[in-house]
Amino acid sequence: MSSASADTGQLAERGPAGDGQPLIEARHIVKRFGSNTANDDVSIAIMPGEIHALLGENGAGKSTLVKILYGSLQPNAGELIWKGQAVEIASPAEARELGIGMVFQHFSLFEALTVTENIALALPNCKATPELAATIARVSQNYGLPLDPAAHIVDLSVGERQRVEIVRCLLQNPSLIIMDEPTSVLTPQEADQLFVTLRRLASEGCAILYISHRLEEVRVLCHRATIMRRARVVAEADPTVETVGTLAQLMVGTEIEHVERKRGTRRGPEAILISNLSLESQEAFGISLKNINLSVRIGEIVAVAGVAGNGQKELFDALSGETLCPREDMLIFDGEAVGMLEINDRRLGGAAFVPEERLGHGAVPALKLSENVVLTRHGTGEGITRRGFTRFGLAGEVVEAVTTLFDVRKGVDDPEARSLSGGNLQKFVVGREVQRHPRILIVAQPTWGVDAGAAAVIRQSLINLARKGAAIIVISQDLDEIFEIADRIAVISRGQLSPAEDADTLTPEKIGLLMAGGAEKKGAAA
Amino acid sequence: MRIELVKRAEQSRVMSYLSPVIAVVLTVVFAGIVFSLQGHNPLSGIWYFFLEPVTSLWGIEQLATKATPLIIIALGLAVCYLSNNWNIGAEGQLTMGAICGSILPVMAPDFVNPIVLPLMLLMAMMGGALYALIPAKLKTTFGTNEILTSLMLVYCANLFLDWMVRGPWRSPQGFNFPITVDFHEWAVLNAVDIGGLYLNLSAPIALLLVVLLAVVMRKTLMGFEIKVLGQSPRAGSFAGFSSRKMTTFAFALSGALAGLAGMMVVMSEIQKLQPVISPGYGFTAIIVAFLGRLNPIGILIAGLVIASSYLGGEAIQTSLQMSSKVATVIQGVLLFFVLACDTLILYRVRFVSGSRESANA
Repeated sequence: MSSASADTGQLAERGPAGDGQPLIEARHIVKRFGSNTANDDVSIAIMPGEIHALLGENGAGKSTLVKILYGSLQPNAGELIWKGQAVEIASPAEARELGIGMVFQHFSLFEALTVTENIALALPNCKATPELAATIARVSQNYGLPLDPAAHIVDLSVGERQRVEIVRCLLQNPSLIIMDEPTSVLTPQEADQLFVTLRRLASEGCAILYISHRLEEVRVLCHRATIMRRARVVAEADPTVETVGTLAQLMVGTEIEHVERKRGTRRGPEAILISNLSLESQEAFGISLKNINLSVRIGEIVAVAGVAGNGQKELFDALSGETLCPREDMLIFDGEAVGMLEINDRRLGGAAFVPEERLGHGAVPALKLSENVVLTRHGTGEGITRRGFTRFGLAGEVVEAVTTLFDVRKGVDDPEARSLSGGNLQKFVVGREVQRHPRILIVAQPTWGVDAGAAAVIRQSLINLARKGAAIIVISQDLDEIFEIADRIAVISRGQLSPAEDADTLTPEKIGLLMAGGAEKKGAAA
Repeated sequence: MRIELVKRAEQSRVMSYLSPVIAVVLTVVFAGIVFSLQGHNPLSGIWYFFLEPVTSLWGIEQLATKATPLIIIALGLAVCYLSNNWNIGAEGQLTMGAICGSILPVMAPDFVNPIVLPLMLLMAMMGGALYALIPAKLKTTFGTNEILTSLMLVYCANLFLDWMVRGPWRSPQGFNFPITVDFHEWAVLNAVDIGGLYLNLSAPIALLLVVLLAVVMRKTLMGFEIKVLGQSPRAGSFAGFSSRKMTTFAFALSGALAGLAGMMVVMSEIQKLQPVISPGYGFTAIIVAFLGRLNPIGILIAGLVIASSYLGGEAIQTSLQMSSKVATVIQGVLLFFVLACDTLILYRVRFVSGSRESANA
């Protein structure tokens, strides 16, 4: 087992060939939710010691399949075979008893507790004893996941938190580990580190079911791939021989539209100016913004890259006006100091905002789309409210316009926001603002958890909006997306922003270094 | 066989109307069982409890008298609950409102003038609102749990009233009973004959408030703001709405309405202050608000249903010699069924037979 860089030597480390008895096999799984079929005759077999990729767009049925394997959902039909024996996995506890562990995309850790305490909570009848701490230290060291058992979660980076989750999983001696988009929160360097650990686990005979939409990663790491589309398994592939392009095509079914972009040649006047923005965090574990400077001109898209939890939320809130700046001139939109204006006054001045969280922030789940139009456009002077009365008819027309413009697919004319799929709701939430033709757009995670088709539509719309005369800030953790649309890139790390540099002069590696904290030194020097 | 709850993609419109009806039917069935366990014919119990009270004009007058304060208070509470502010202290706000409104007839009994009546109502609303602003201010400033503070302030208000009528406000002509002087002619609400039905001003006021709130909730930005902040405070602040202002507004409104209701009860039924002025209207209104699905029209209906259960409780005491506690049990069970049936709005019930395979056949 070599612990060399992830980019090389992957072929030598490939796991066993597909002979012998599968560790777990799902046969002809069917799972329905109401009239929706989420899994339709899905079969998959995972060999011991294999890193098996599960690929598919959002809504393809990956999560449903995984939840069935982990016992949190019961299939309507089909059977599960564990080491040659038919089993029923009625709950996650039973899954863990069999030897199936899972590392979730969103961590479930208590920030105020220590590593040992958090792990103790997950183990049956286990107390946070010194022995447990020693075990944690030993296991984490063995697998190249160094952890201090006495550290409090709040002090750990996202990558370290993920290690806690993985170690927690490993202490149960699993023979299968399911990982749901594990690298979406990691810097490129942290991801490489994780791959080393995963290869080591696989070489010891532990199977890994690896869910990801980062195809490059899958090519480097995985032995086999099962590809799902529209609730069915459409292909099994060897990711080592496929290209990213062919894998993507299998996932989407057709050639993905490429985002058209001409580098912004004609730049207009400066529309957004953030100068010396410092903001003390009001929340217990929030990030304080320190001395942020950024200028965006009409016609360009500036991306703010960074690992989650480095002040993106705080920056978005300060730009939108959900948190007011301490001084008016810290934020200037179109020459006007807006730092102390509240969100609707900023909107009235031509700014628009799309937050990261679709449900619960950008839209109210139980309200209809037309009501969700009122949510952000009641104070924009378009006449959606008049003398305190709301004109839902007008809001309905906006829904229609956005629907046509962005190809939002919905069952009925005016459905509740929560009934839309993630991608369609995101298209709606972005479209609701873009359709207004704002001069300034601040958007966070525009294509988070959205399928490739919808992502292309959204990214294209942002580029078109900028070229038609808008200044756009995109706060994103997705480097592919950033390189696809951004003209300039800045990196946020622990509340500090590096100077924005031309996208053409930057590489993912350079950004990775900035993400991991390089921005602080650079920011201080600038 | 198994029963599964399957989540619906959207709220079911049909069920949001049907679920209270199902709840009422289940409550009637349950009441029948209670009556028969008590050794009575369930059918005659149901007749006396649910139907007999509304078979006479007098019964309908009683129904309106009891339902009016419940409806008025529940309207205010609905705004609170919709905006995620848990005001449990309407009973105290009712009491404080009634005390404030009574300042004029008690302390200035010689000021006899038609303007006294609207002034009393206004002062009662202000008194109730100010008293409700105590838990609101505590919540917005210190993050205090408003359920506890508003509830505890009920006892403060009731004890304050008790002290007032035994101490400073006790009538010199009251033979030492803990009562204030009788209110004068412009400080009371008299019933007016409407085609044989004697009703006072409070019933039309309640109806007017129902219509007003229905329009506000459905057509105005204010109503939208109440809904959004209640369902998703973060989306609310994204829309530029302020949760703090909403807390203050919702408590002030519900306090004012509770004070108004309390004053009108005193002005029409008792016409003076005494240690106990409300049979728990402020608490029962919580049930009314939820039974009415926090919807103004629903609250109108729910207020009538609950009021009839009060009358039914009296009816079974006199006709069947059953304990008044039975009525309380039935009210509680009604709320239980209403909340339980709400599940049907977001979930579908599916009966699954035996094994999985046959379910897919």
